[in-house]
Amino acid sequence: MTKIKSLADLRKMKEEAQSKIKLRENSTNPDQVVQVKVGMATCGIASGAKDTMKYFVEELEQEAIDAVVTQTGCMGYCYAEPTVEVKLPGKEPLVYGHVNKEKVHEIIDKYIKRGELVDGIIPVSFKTIDD
Amino acid sequence: MKTLSEHILDIVQNSVSAKATLIEIIVEEDKIADLYSLVIRDNGCGMSKETLAKAINPFFTSRTTRKVGLGIPLLKHNAEAAGGSFSLESELNVGTVLTARFQLSNIDRPPLGDIWETLYLMFLSYTVGNLVYQHKTEKGGFQISSDELKEVLGDVSYQQKEIREGILELIKTNLEEIEVTK
Repeated sequence: MTKIKSLADLRKMKEEAQSKIKLRENSTNPDQVVQVKVGMATCGIASGAKDTMKYFVEELEQEAIDAVVTQTGCMGYCYAEPTVEVKLPGKEPLVYGHVNKEKVHEIIDKYIKRGELVDGIIPVSFKTIDD
Repeated sequence: MKTLSEHILDIVQNSVSAKATLIEIIVEEDKIADLYSLVIRDNGCGMSKETLAKAINPFFTSRTTRKVGLGIPLLKHNAEAAGGSFSLESELNVGTVLTARFQLSNIDRPPLGDIWETLYLMFLSYTVGNLVYQHKTEKGGFQISSDELKEVLGDVSYQQKEIREGILELIKTNLEEIEVTK
């Protein structure tokens, strides 16, 4: 394949791949797909949230799971970064802490695909001593 | 933060929370003046004089989930540690300009890092405003914006493998072309 060097090349590539490409999921019905939000404030980035988000995008694509991956701010659990909020359609969102590459795999494999809970959930009712 | 890319990812969050509709990231290299500069400009809500004065204080933050705000102090520290300087200008309801200068040859200057991945993740997340990235070297310049991508790619999900790889390749090839300093 020729190298993509300009926006025109990118457009051409998109047209060639059009048949395989779905419409952007989040614009149509965000409630029907898996939503993954990666905490990406200073604390998250310093702990490697960028790689976590990258793994999510790559792995969900590989598994052909309809999902929207976005970034969000600090959820207040800086000690447990990188943190990720996963919301399955029709379910309450769950926040996972310390999400590294292995954890991403585990979350996708067990929770997103089979609905089994995975270790490392931060309970919603959790409060630090300060609060 | 180990790389400039991570700083960019971090600082741009501030512009996003300031509800900016235009965010410009400009990286400029000057071998002759031995200068590496990063400018992030937005048209968000800006800061009052009082807030601006407090923004470089690590124990100041506008959010309520925690008590520290390290994004700006960390970048300032890194710039100053690499023989550079840091400035932050802002006007209420007009926007904010952040400038970090590094000595290009300084051993403590953070490397650029995987800016293509960083930009990709930003393009994926910010669908509201226009995000522009510019990189200038002696060999030339490269510019990419989220509006351009939106126009070319339309409604297609950027998470699609082909699209993701296409965007990454586009940025990478062009940056190699102008021989950016890593």
